[in-house]
Amino acid sequence: MEDNTVLVMKRIRKEFQGVIALNEVDFVLRKGEVHILLGENGAGKSTLVKILSGAYQMTSGKIFLFNKQVNIKSPRQAQELGIGIIYQELNLIPYLSAAENIFLGREITNKFGIIDKKETLDSTNKMLKELGLEIDCDIPVINFGIAQQQMIEVAKALSLDAKILIMDEPTSALSDTEVKQLFQMIRNLKQRGVSVIYISHRLDELFEIGDRVTVLRDGIVVGTKDISDTTKTELIKMMVNRELTEHFPKRSALIGEEILRVEKLTQKNGINDISFTLNRGEVLGIAGLLGSGRTELARAIFGIDKYDSGNIYLRRKLQKIKSPKDAINQRIGFITEDRKSQGLVLILSVKENISLTNLTSFSGFGFIKSKEENKEAEEFINRLKIKTPTLDQKVIYLSGGNQQKVVLAKWLSKKADIFIFDEPTRGIDIAGKVEIYNLINQLASEGVGIIMISSELPEILGMSDRIIVMNKKKIAGEIPLKSATQELIMKYAIGA
Amino acid sequence: MITKQLLIHNGRQLGTLLGLVIVTGVFAFLSPYFLTVSNLVNITQQTSINAIIAIGMTFVIITAGIDLSVGSIMAFSGIILADAIQNNIAEPFAIILGLFVGTICGLSNGLLISYGKLPPFIATLGMMSVARGAALLYSQGRPISGFAEEFRFLATGNIIGIPTSVWIMIFFYLIAYILLNKTVLGRYTYAIGGNETAANLSGINTKLFKTIVYGISGLLSAAAAVILTARLNSAQPIAGIMYELDAIAAVVIGGTSLLGGEGKISGTLIGALIMGVLRNGLNLLGVSSFIQQIVIGLVIILAVLIDMSLKRRRN
Repeated sequence: MEDNTVLVMKRIRKEFQGVIALNEVDFVLRKGEVHILLGENGAGKSTLVKILSGAYQMTSGKIFLFNKQVNIKSPRQAQELGIGIIYQELNLIPYLSAAENIFLGREITNKFGIIDKKETLDSTNKMLKELGLEIDCDIPVINFGIAQQQMIEVAKALSLDAKILIMDEPTSALSDTEVKQLFQMIRNLKQRGVSVIYISHRLDELFEIGDRVTVLRDGIVVGTKDISDTTKTELIKMMVNRELTEHFPKRSALIGEEILRVEKLTQKNGINDISFTLNRGEVLGIAGLLGSGRTELARAIFGIDKYDSGNIYLRRKLQKIKSPKDAINQRIGFITEDRKSQGLVLILSVKENISLTNLTSFSGFGFIKSKEENKEAEEFINRLKIKTPTLDQKVIYLSGGNQQKVVLAKWLSKKADIFIFDEPTRGIDIAGKVEIYNLINQLASEGVGIIMISSELPEILGMSDRIIVMNKKKIAGEIPLKSATQELIMKYAIGA
Repeated sequence: MITKQLLIHNGRQLGTLLGLVIVTGVFAFLSPYFLTVSNLVNITQQTSINAIIAIGMTFVIITAGIDLSVGSIMAFSGIILADAIQNNIAEPFAIILGLFVGTICGLSNGLLISYGKLPPFIATLGMMSVARGAALLYSQGRPISGFAEEFRFLATGNIIGIPTSVWIMIFFYLIAYILLNKTVLGRYTYAIGGNETAANLSGINTKLFKTIVYGISGLLSAAAAVILTARLNSAQPIAGIMYELDAIAAVVIGGTSLLGGEGKISGTLIGALIMGVLRNGLNLLGVSSFIQQIVIGLVIILAVLIDMSLKRRRN
């Protein structure tokens, strides 16, 4: 083991209910280096740092800190071992001051147990100055920008004597000048011998701040490189280069006339200048990283969030969609990213969920016609092969794939012919995925227009007729299927 | 699997019913007078007011809300109704006026919650004070007393041996059962409480239906006011203090989850009866009203504890 090694993680394995999130991952961190973790959504970066910070327990593996084996059982213990973590969402208490936040839980007190405010403020000022931050430490931190709050968090970690600092996408909400400030601070930390594990998607940054980079893909380490020895092209290749083993059924849909056209759709603080068309029988894939604006686009089209300018044409007619109800009446169906929190009422039955969008057509004078409702539900249970003992089973007891079919049935019952799928197969096993793919193909062959948002590149490549890639709330590029590759999509998505 | 599901589904109501049987059995054993027909009639009559208010509370709690203003709305509606009768407005019209005022109060709660985005606790806490103040102001703080026999029949009369107020209670429970189980309104009530986002994304006008549900709660508080006024031969501006807690207790003992989306109207009726039986039985035994409060509090806690541990085991 080299002398300057701070941390060694060996053959780390983590399973979540049978799903392998990390598979025999090895990771070495040296003193005073900035080590980048790179990978797609779900590659395992966050899981790895959460094991290190005590938020998760590993299934198997060993961790050595300064050549001593450690067993990290809780975030508090990680803290005591000198591991600090700065999360994407800041964890300061907004109405306490910087000084109060930094000394939270270990306040400096005098012999009567009263907080020594002067001493607290003085130490805080000193700490922040070392990091290059000069602010009023006595006013609530909510008054400061994200970059400054981040620095306060870093100061807090350092005051706990952190030797290893984990930063999870620290620049995702920062302006360019703030990024510069942050990088200056990170360089400071390096000189003090602190090691930084830095998670980011932004390739440009990595070359500016990183020393080494470890690329993860599907829970395994693809490789570790010195930044000076690698190129963007090589890193993208490492991130996405997987064999397309998943099975994508062939589709024989004829692409028909235009069914949806979006023109220059823009929100003040959201999507920016989005234009595209969707035709009958077509699957339009939308790729992009988390936060690239894909879901915001879907929500705007479905009338959940407002848009400030731009037009939506449905079946060649200009339409104003102001609420989900308008969208549904225009026969748009939205299969949300999170079916449990947005798609289904889990404690209601299969039947009740299926009829929810369309209940008024199974009722007269406000009374539900049970027979018709049951008939409709039975029809969809048979047609979509929903596995459920009865139509009165609560959907909470169904598997992920079957729950997703119930969501589909809701929209089919309403005779939607524009479908927006947001991560349609997330959390669904392979067999269930193939069934969902088949259903999407079936819909397309019936002349439905489909928008499919997905983070899984093989899925995007396997299912789409055309692909739009989003980055920073804009369309970064539109790629016809023929020329689409994982590398090309990732290039647009990262903005390289 | 299916039968097990059914058992789980109705087991909760059977459990509450078993609780009612046990409490009744204990009092029957301790007091010879308890199980007489006249006492049982008495209990249902005493229960009817809380039971009617608890119907509206059930709707509200199924949407994952709460209504603290029911007692005050009852007092205010009662004063309006009594004052109208005293001013020689025909009783049926006076009753309609009272129900109308209660419904308006309830709808105001709903509007504040749905469109003003206030938490139900805050909106109805405000209404609790406003309606109480309005009742005091309108009546100058004095009770309004003395009504015709025909009006008092609504509480004191009986049809085939059963008090009118009990018939009224049964009537409202039947309507509520039909609304919750057979109509679009009922389905949406459960859907909103189960997952408001999903309901909204399914095209349901969740704001409108939440407003209606609070309106229903106001309407039923006013209906309770009619019975109370007829029974006491007097409308009092300070009537119904703490009634919101009795109603919530009946709903919760009846197995409706405060988290929303679940609950049955039959459970609420049994819950209200348990409360009534406890009050009546403890009175018969000569237990002081101070101790009664402690006992009733403990029963509420116990009922919910049992409910939660059963649910945990199910999961």
